[in-house]
Amino acid sequence: MDILGYDFMIRAMLAAVFTGLAAPTVGTYLVQRRLALMGDGLGHVAVTGVALGLLTGSSPTWTAIVVAVLGAVLVEVIRVQGHTNGDVALALLFYGGIAGGVLITGIAGQSAARLQEFLFGSITSISVSDVWATMALATLVVVICVGLMPQLFAVAQDQEFARVAGLNVQAYNVLVAVLAAVTVTVAMRTVGLLLVSALMVVPVATAQQVTRSFRTTLALAMGLGVAASLGGLVVSAFASYQWRVAPGPTIVLLALAGFAVTWPIGAVLRRRARLRTPFVAEPPLGHEVTDEHPHVHGDDCGHPAVEHGDHVDYIHDGHRHAAHGGHYDEH
Amino acid sequence: MSMTSPTVVTVDGAAVAIAGRPVLRGISMEVRQGEFVALMGANGSGKSTLVRAMTGLRPLTAGSVHLFGEDLDGFHQWQRIGFVPQRATAASGVPASVWEVVASGRLTRRRWLRPLLGPDRAAIRAALEVVGLADRARDGVTALSGGQQQRVLIARALAGEPELLFLDEPTAGVDLPNQEALARALGVLKDRGATIVLVAHDLGPLAPLVDRALVMRDGRLAYDGAPLADDAVHHPLFLESHSHHHHEAPRHDHAPHVAAPLDGGVGGTASGLGTGNGSGRPDGRA
Ligand SMILES: Nc1ncnc2c1ncn2[C@@H]1O[C@H](COP(=O)(O)OP(=O)(O)O)[C@@H](O)[C@H]1O
Ligand SMILES: [Mg+2]
Repeated sequence: MDILGYDFMIRAMLAAVFTGLAAPTVGTYLVQRRLALMGDGLGHVAVTGVALGLLTGSSPTWTAIVVAVLGAVLVEVIRVQGHTNGDVALALLFYGGIAGGVLITGIAGQSAARLQEFLFGSITSISVSDVWATMALATLVVVICVGLMPQLFAVAQDQEFARVAGLNVQAYNVLVAVLAAVTVTVAMRTVGLLLVSALMVVPVATAQQVTRSFRTTLALAMGLGVAASLGGLVVSAFASYQWRVAPGPTIVLLALAGFAVTWPIGAVLRRRARLRTPFVAEPPLGHEVTDEHPHVHGDDCGHPAVEHGDHVDYIHDGHRHAAHGGHYDEH
Repeated sequence: MSMTSPTVVTVDGAAVAIAGRPVLRGISMEVRQGEFVALMGANGSGKSTLVRAMTGLRPLTAGSVHLFGEDLDGFHQWQRIGFVPQRATAASGVPASVWEVVASGRLTRRRWLRPLLGPDRAAIRAALEVVGLADRARDGVTALSGGQQQRVLIARALAGEPELLFLDEPTAGVDLPNQEALARALGVLKDRGATIVLVAHDLGPLAPLVDRALVMRDGRLAYDGAPLADDAVHHPLFLESHSHHHHEAPRHDHAPHVAAPLDGGVGGTASGLGTGNGSGRPDGRA
C-alpha cells in the first residue's frame, strides 16, 4: 500500500480526481450537441501550444491553454460561418495543430520524448504548481457547467428554440468551446492530449446506457470519470511493480471497460423500452378473434403489454392480442 | 379578435435572402391579438422562413417585423413569445427526460443561477397537462412516439406562458389521435386568449380553430383571408413550382398544372395576389 503514500502519488491522485470530474462535465454538453470529437480536435490544436511553451521556455500548460482556447473560438467561428464544409475546415485546423506542434518541438531542440509526456500524459511527474492549476481550472469548469446547466442544456438541446427564448446562443457556444479547451489542457497531464477526448466522452457514453434524464447522465458521467481516472492511476501504480504500465492509457482502457460492461445492460433496457413503445392508437381493421387461446394474459404472464389507445395489446408470437369480452382479438 | 384588437405581429415589406438568393419577397401582414392564423402553402414555399423571420432567427434584407409594437431588432420581451420549431424529434445526443425538455421552456422567465421555483414547476406541470403528457414527465423523450415528442415541444413552448405562439408544422407526420390531442391543447390556449400562428400543410382536426388563413407561394404571400376549405390544398396555390404535390399523378413537372376546381374567388385572385403586399384581406372570400 505504501506506494499511495508518496508525495508524487498524492499529487497524481489529486490531479486524477479533479480531471476525472471535469472532463465528462464538458463532455456531456459536447455529446449532447453531437460534437463528441471536439475534445479530440482541441487536443490536437493544443499540441502546438505545448510546443510553443517548449520553444519559448514558458509553462507548456499555459501556452497550451491559450492556443487551445484560440482554437476553440476559431472552431466556433468556422462552425457559424461556413455551414457546409465546417467539418473539413475543422479537420484542417486539427492536422495543422499536431503538425505545427511536432515541427516547433523539433525547432526548439526538444526530443520527441519530451513531447510524448504531453501526448500520452505523465501524471506521476506532475509538479505542485501544476496540481494547483489543475484543481483550480477543473473546479472552474465544473462550477460553470453545473451552475449554468439550464442554459447550457437548452442551447445544446435546440439552438433555435434557445435563441427565441432570448438566450445568447453564440456566447454559450463559445463558452462551451472554451471550457472544452481548458479541460483538454487540464487533462493533458493525466491522460495526454491524444487520449483526452476519451475521458470526456467515454464516461458519458457509459452513463447514457442506463439513464433517462440529462441530470442523472451528467452526475453519473462525473462519477464514472473519477472512478476511471483514479482507478486507472492506482491500477497502473500497483502494476508498475511488475511491468512498465503508463497511467494515461490505463485510465482510458478502464473507462472503456466500464462502457463494455454497461453496454449489454443498455441494450437490454433499450430493447425493453422499444418493445413497450405504444402502438399507434388507430382502431384495428376489424373484429378478428384469435384462434383457440388457452393462455390468460396478465400483468406478469411473460408477454410484453404495450399501450394501444385506451387498452393494452399483449405481444404473443408476433401477434398483438387484446382482451375483448371473454376472448382475445387480433390487433 | 375583432379588428379593434391590438396588433401583435406586424410584418411590413419583409424580404429574406438565404446565401444571397432571395427567398421571401414583399411580405406584409398583420396578426391581431387572440387570432388563430394558419400559414399554409406547398413545401418550399417559405412558411418556415417566414416564421423564422418573425422570430428573429433569419435576418431581413428589407422591411421590418414588429412584435407587440417593438421592432425585432432590439426586441427583448422574449417571455411573451413561444416557438415550436419544425422538428421530427425532441431528442439530442444525451438522454433527456420529458420534464427537463419542457423545463427549458421556462428559461425566458428565469435568471442566471436561479433554481426552479414553485411558479416555474406549476407552469411546467400545467403545460404537460395541456398536451396530455403529465404522466410521462419522468420518461426519456426517446421513449415517446413521434406525435408525443411533438407535444413535448409544444409543452416546452407553453411552459414559458407565452402570449404569442408560433408553431411550425407540429402536425407533420403525426397520427390522427395525436393531432386531435394537439387540437385540444391549442383550443385551450385559444380560449385563454393566446395569439397563435400555425404553419401547416394540412389542417385536419385543427381546421375548426382557424380564424384566418395565409397562403405562401414561392416566397410570396398569395392569399390572406377566410379559412380555406379542406379540399383547398388541391388548389394551384398549394402546388410547388418545380416538384409537385404528393397527391398528384406522377411525372408532369413541365406540364402546366391543372387547377382543381375551387370556388371562383380564390382561384380568380390567386395569381394577381402574388405581390402579397398585404392589401388587407382580399377578395379571397368568394
Ligand atoms: N438553410 C437553408 N439553406 C438554403 N436554402 C434554404 C434554407 N432554408 C430554406 N431554404 C430555401 O428557402 C425556401 C423556403 O423554404 P422553407 O421556408 O423551409 O419552406 P417551407 O417551410 O414552406 O417548406 C426553399 O426554396 C428552400 O430551399
Ligand atoms: Mg417548413
